Amino acid sequence: MTSSVFQKSPFQARLDALNIVQQWTSWNGYKSAQVFDTIASEYFAIRSTCSLMDLTPMEKFRITGPDSQRFLNRLVTRDLSNLAIDRVAYVIWCNDEGKVLDDGTVFRLGENDFRLCAQHHQLDWLSISRLGFNVNIEKETDDIAALAVQGPTSFSVLNKVGIEGLDKLKPFQICQQSISGIEIMISRTGFTGDLGYELWTSPENALDLWDLIYGQCENGNFDIRAIGLHALNMVRIEAGFIMPGEDFVTAETAVRADRSRSPFELGLSWLVDFEKPYFTGKKALQAEALRPANRRLVKLSVEGNKPPADAFLYDKENGKRIGTVKSCVWSPILKANLTLSDIEFENGSCPEKIWAEIYYQKELEWKSSWSQCHVSHKPFWKNARASLTPPMKF
Amino acid sequence: MTNNLKVIVIGGGHNGLVCASYLAKAGLSVQILEARDSVGGACAPIIDNNGNKLAGLAHASYGLNMQILKDLDLPALPIQLSLDTISLSEDGSHITFANNSVSGRKISERDSKSYRGFIEEFKKYSEALDVLTTNIPPRLKDMDWHDKKTLIKIGWNLRFGLGKKLMREFLRVGGINIFDVLNEKFDDPAIKGAIAFDAVLGHKMGPRTPNTVLSYLQKISFGENNSLCRSDNLSTLLEEKAKSLGVKILTNSKIDRIIIEDGICKGVKLESAEIFKSDLVISNADAKTTFLKFVGTEYLDAMFSHRVDSIRQEGAVARINLCLKALPKDQNLEGDKLFQRLIIAPDMQYVEHAFNHSKYGEYSDHPILEMIINRVEDRGPSVNSITATISASFAPYDLKGGWGKNRNLFVNRVFETIEKYIPGFNNLVKSYELLTPCDIEEQYNCVGGHWHHGEMGIDQSFMMRPVHGSAQYKTPCKNLYLCGASAHPGGGITGLPGHNAAKQIIRAI
Repeated sequence: MTSSVFQKSPFQARLDALNIVQQWTSWNGYKSAQVFDTIASEYFAIRSTCSLMDLTPMEKFRITGPDSQRFLNRLVTRDLSNLAIDRVAYVIWCNDEGKVLDDGTVFRLGENDFRLCAQHHQLDWLSISRLGFNVNIEKETDDIAALAVQGPTSFSVLNKVGIEGLDKLKPFQICQQSISGIEIMISRTGFTGDLGYELWTSPENALDLWDLIYGQCENGNFDIRAIGLHALNMVRIEAGFIMPGEDFVTAETAVRADRSRSPFELGLSWLVDFEKPYFTGKKALQAEALRPANRRLVKLSVEGNKPPADAFLYDKENGKRIGTVKSCVWSPILKANLTLSDIEFENGSCPEKIWAEIYYQKELEWKSSWSQCHVSHKPFWKNARASLTPPMKF
Repeated sequence: MTNNLKVIVIGGGHNGLVCASYLAKAGLSVQILEARDSVGGACAPIIDNNGNKLAGLAHASYGLNMQILKDLDLPALPIQLSLDTISLSEDGSHITFANNSVSGRKISERDSKSYRGFIEEFKKYSEALDVLTTNIPPRLKDMDWHDKKTLIKIGWNLRFGLGKKLMREFLRVGGINIFDVLNEKFDDPAIKGAIAFDAVLGHKMGPRTPNTVLSYLQKISFGENNSLCRSDNLSTLLEEKAKSLGVKILTNSKIDRIIIEDGICKGVKLESAEIFKSDLVISNADAKTTFLKFVGTEYLDAMFSHRVDSIRQEGAVARINLCLKALPKDQNLEGDKLFQRLIIAPDMQYVEHAFNHSKYGEYSDHPILEMIINRVEDRGPSVNSITATISASFAPYDLKGGWGKNRNLFVNRVFETIEKYIPGFNNLVKSYELLTPCDIEEQYNCVGGHWHHGEMGIDQSFMMRPVHGSAQYKTPCKNLYLCGASAHPGGGITGLPGHNAAKQIIRAI
């Protein structure tokens, strides 16, 4: 694939200039960086200083009209009836069989004005779901330039740029701002498990916005780095966030009947609300909830320092195979192998002992070893500053 | 089984009445809520603007299934009402279909023999399929023993009922079009035209459309004593039967919505805001009306709603009610012949051309027609008009430019067509009323104004009718059932959906 077939982000001029390794990939058709410099430096920008990431390729849909709230509430498994204006909620949605189609965030911008962000293309499903609802659905992926500013110093950086009111902005809250004549919307949201913001503006303001923020780095005030998808993948696993298409096959793309996953099977039962009005998949999920769980995507740390990529999981060394590692990372900050792994349950509960058989290379020679694994019920990594209001200055 | 369950039946069409009668007979307390001012649906007589009482929308039918007549102790339609079919020819050499044979001036011995063979063959197919139509369609997944029994019976009927040779032939023709099959069997274009007419009338299909062999099999009844009849008093018979079994009937009761609480159907709310609570609700309305209008997509899964929305259900037949100044005088339609079922479908090309227009949202330049002129003795005492009813196709629901200005143009096409076959007819027309599929939709509360509450192609039949997720008369909502033509085995005045639904409901409670 040559770069010419990619769609260009409104930030592209800056991204191209900063990308010294030229590692690009397609993210929903956009030219999107996997790495700009080194993964390590980008990772530590997110964890220790401040990172900038182009979020424009993320699918965005604007949902308006008198039934928009009812429409979204029928779409997603979580109860949105109490989602206040200027608030954001993390949501998932399912097909009729209660299998997850995608995850994303709902932004309530007004009484009847919502933005739905999704990992994958969703216009088909939204169009199917709109039957009987008076709503207007528009894909606005290309009409919004979005920039993630994440990391311990993100608050200080944005403060320095001149954005006011962030000290009062709570997690999952939205505010509107104007800086240097640029209208922007700021949400305290992110995919890193740390303090961070997402900035939304129209594409013609994109470069000015980038320059305002990245300018702080060039002035020597802060260390700010552009980051790519690889570094983001590391931190999202540390934070325990799932990635549809990576950790499970989305219901729309699954060919084999047993490949799609329900919210329960993904460990997302907290997002399923049976008390709320009917939503697509509710009947199937209610039936599933009565049966013992047969499998779960769990946060699993693996002992030792061998990378357990794609490893099979067993109930004991050379025992019965009970699962596979879906995504994994060596966490520099926790000094541990962290994975999201799909585990078969026995009699509705998680096996007590889990072992990974890890294949690894030493100078082109393959070896295998066994490592014990431990299920984590909380995100592997979360920093208190992520939810502090006002956030601390660094 | 729990006795004294309170049951609401939405819609008192013939299937609603049949279902209600069976349930009342089983001891349930049944209330029919009918939107119109009388029950009977498509069978109910139509009173025209001049006060004439005319046959209902379904002016001819084979009558209810024999089993239903037996179970409910109903009389078969009297033989005086039986109708021959006369296919008109421009040159006056009309052909007559009666008692499973065909006759006419130009009919060759070969064709008339072929016709007997054809009827014999199709009768066997129909008998083989009988198990399927008179039973709850079997599920293919999670089968229970009823499903397995039905499947085994169908398999047995196909293999041993038909025999090896005929089964092979059935499997060959079952899914294809009537055009090819008739060309194999007959020489005379008029015979082929008339049979093709029966295969497509009521559907948005032409003779060359796949499935038309099936639609023919589903429509025609081949029983010995089961001839086509005028269905004049069927609705009265059914209404009286239901009432005698204790069914309560409330007319002029339009449904606003079906009440669903936490996935369970609790009753209905009328447009008058009156609420009827019940243990079960059984909808004789079509699937689109039931799910999309009465239940609401808010209470249903998105893909299920989408499937219901995608049911092909655009009506293509218009009804014309006529008042005539005098009976037509035609030397080729003498005596009793005038009062038979007169059809205009001179050959298969004609029928196919008529259908072609409907594909593009146009009405047929040369429509296919079915006309029944009322006998003088059928007129009520206070009425002094000669009346006739016409089913005219193709008159698509989704006509380009809408029906407004096109109503008279279409009726003129119909009259011009009849004039060619019955000269002098136009001058006899005193007044007329046209019911387009849009009017039928509105007056009969059925989306698309489709005779059969949905096309009866293979993909919308059997366990796929009305849609996957609502077969076997069940719905995604607990205690809500379907009993109308939207459900298996579909349209026609058979009463079978109502009968099968009652069977399923009695089994379930």
